Amino acid sequence: MVNTQTNSGNPETDLKYRRKKNAEEMRHQVISFALMIVFTLIAFLAVGYEGFSAWFAVPFILVLAVVQVGFQLYYFMHMSHKGHEAPALFMYSGVLVAFLTIICFLTIIWW
Amino acid sequence: MSTYAQKRGFGATLWDYLTTVDHKKIAILYFIAGGFFFVLGGIEAMIIRIQLAIPNNDFVSAGFYNEILTMHGTTMIFLAAMPLLFGFMNAIMPLQIGARDVAFPFVNALGFWLFFFGGTFLNLSWFLGGAPDAGWTSYASLSLASEGHGIDFYVLGLQISGFGTLMGGINFLVTIINMRAPGMTYMRMPLFTWTTFVASSLILFAFPPLTVSIFMLMFDRLFGSNFFVTAAGGNTIIWEHFFWIFGHPEVYILILPAFGIFSEIIPVFARKRLFGYSSMVFATVLIGFLGFMVWAHHMFTVGLGPIANAIFAVATMAIAVPTGIKIFNWLFTAWGGSVSFTTPMHYALAFIPSFLMGGVTGVMLAVAAADYQYHDTYFVVAHFHYVIVGGVVFAVLGGLQFYWPKMFGTMLNETLGKITFWLFFAGFHLTFFIQHFLGLWGMPRRIYTFLPGQGYELSNLVSTIGALLMAVATVVLVINIIITVKKNERIGNDPWGDGRTLEWAIPSPAPFYNFKQLPLVRGLDPYWIEKMEGKKGMTPAEPLGDIHMPNSSIIPFIMSFGLFVSAFGVMYRLDYAWGLPVLIIGLVITFGSMLARSLKDDHGFHIHKEDLIDDDNEKGVKA
Ligand code: HEM
Ligand SMILES: [Cu+2]
Repeated sequence: MVNTQTNSGNPETDLKYRRKKNAEEMRHQVISFALMIVFTLIAFLAVGYEGFSAWFAVPFILVLAVVQVGFQLYYFMHMSHKGHEAPALFMYSGVLVAFLTIICFLTIIWW
Repeated sequence: MSTYAQKRGFGATLWDYLTTVDHKKIAILYFIAGGFFFVLGGIEAMIIRIQLAIPNNDFVSAGFYNEILTMHGTTMIFLAAMPLLFGFMNAIMPLQIGARDVAFPFVNALGFWLFFFGGTFLNLSWFLGGAPDAGWTSYASLSLASEGHGIDFYVLGLQISGFGTLMGGINFLVTIINMRAPGMTYMRMPLFTWTTFVASSLILFAFPPLTVSIFMLMFDRLFGSNFFVTAAGGNTIIWEHFFWIFGHPEVYILILPAFGIFSEIIPVFARKRLFGYSSMVFATVLIGFLGFMVWAHHMFTVGLGPIANAIFAVATMAIAVPTGIKIFNWLFTAWGGSVSFTTPMHYALAFIPSFLMGGVTGVMLAVAAADYQYHDTYFVVAHFHYVIVGGVVFAVLGGLQFYWPKMFGTMLNETLGKITFWLFFAGFHLTFFIQHFLGLWGMPRRIYTFLPGQGYELSNLVSTIGALLMAVATVVLVINIIITVKKNERIGNDPWGDGRTLEWAIPSPAPFYNFKQLPLVRGLDPYWIEKMEGKKGMTPAEPLGDIHMPNSSIIPFIMSFGLFVSAFGVMYRLDYAWGLPVLIIGLVITFGSMLARSLKDDHGFHIHKEDLIDDDNEKGVKA
């Protein structure tokens, strides 16, 4: 925050570097966007298809949902970039707490 | 201070506090409100102890006893201990990290007013048909069966004040992550800041479960849902889980800041740096982490099964390890130091063995099989009062004496302080030590009276006498405060003489912008480092410049007031025709003020460089 240096001081290399970086990021975003649409379609198909029982379809679309959240966070909200460590830490802690709660409810209340 | 401390009328001062967004003034508000609720909870405690002083007593009726007991626990946890600790966090933490305010001053004020109106709402139940009576844990089967509006007051009041707490916690987190002075790395943060940080993360994760479960209880009671109604397919155990998923982290939300306060007091008066700083940080984080995996130790007797009980028992015992690390670090900090026995140091040194005893009974309770014997007896009551009074309340009292000069610019009287300490210390052990044995002899908790000839008479009388001593101690403290305020003898930056952290480098009380120039932090205990090199103050990290400050605002007050109004509407919706309109009016007030806040651009103001220099000169003349 205070002492993060984001450029080298040389405008020439910076520009080139940033161009390349941006192009790469754009490609990633397009790919993940396409994947997300495909995932959503698959989710609808999985639910609609008679051959899958709910015991397969529900966990399956949950997995797809988790992957999509990951895409959203890392490719669209730039969580892999510098300066996002604290939000990442707190989000993962929150996921852990929620997970513990759900696991516990599943195992010792409802089973 | 000079130019800003002019005499003002009462009305102007009141308006100033109603609209303030300054973290130091909000801290004072927290102290006033928290102190008021502390006294209220204390009076309730005295009623409990008078009722139990002799067998077959009829000082209060059974029903009223339940209300008093419930309100004692709820008030002390939610409306006294937490706000008082929030007071310390607000008053001290931004100074310790070299910040000019918290990250969101407006939200800070909003947090206070939500707490204030929530607490007020809860306590209005006394005048409006009876207080909640299902215990501070408000287990669902019992609270759903409770007649009248008592539980509704609990639900709505805690919901409102819980929002405030959550906002406060998030605010502290953002402040600590983003607003540290240059050079203040994480591993140079004072321990009170660290414990504030971890406690705030616990708030962030623990309050949502409480919010959710209280919403469910509210809908069950007021809107006809059946989350906890077994007969309709609900499950009453879910409340218990949710409550303790919140409740156990909550006790660590209380104790961690207390640990932090003692970790500040002991090095100052032992004149040594904190022993094992990094292990202290590690232990704090570990306690916070483990605190989330042990909640079911409150439910051993519910019938979760042997596997679940075993897992939670072991996890619970594991917490004793980082706690033990801390105890040893405090001991080694004091050991070999040149200890000066000031009042805060009295509290700190008394805290170590007192809290330790609470920790030991905690581990005893964690043995699931043995807990079948202890559960719901006075043994548990003794345990949690040892940790909460011997830990949290000692920290609040010691911290008050320690930080009073930084907050108000005067010193509390040391002699009276020590009288308070000794009375309180003696009263505390007299009250609660014997309760271990009452519990082991089989006296259940939460009973409004007991019969003669069961062997409980003498011990209960002793316990009541102890409580009386604590009440006297509190009166002495109040007298001390009044005398100090009346005398108004001003003191300098570092009244204890051995301040180590940043807050002692600036005037007492701090000017409203805290730091004229942000300080450069060169290590742990930055002010001590500068003093050891013969410097008078901190080296600035920036040239003198304009300071950007937020404007005061009445909106947080109005926003919270709206929720307060709508809570009445929710509660009386079915009883009276005016319920629904009041509900809507309240929400309109709240959302209207939110809208006003969003639409109006408020850019704050600047203190100009020249004024800062003037301020300096004036002080030079006066000094
Ligand atoms: C070594 C640390 C600790 C251990 C192992 C421990 C363990 C336990 C256990 C097993 C119980 C449940 C007893 C029962 O209901 O049968 C309990 C209750 C309680 N503990 Fe602790 N505890 C510890 C520290 C603390 C601290 C630091 C606090 C607060 C600052 C605290 C506050 C409470 C409260 C308020 C209750 C009673 C809640 C109620 O039923 O109303 N404990 N503790
Ligand atoms: Cu617990």
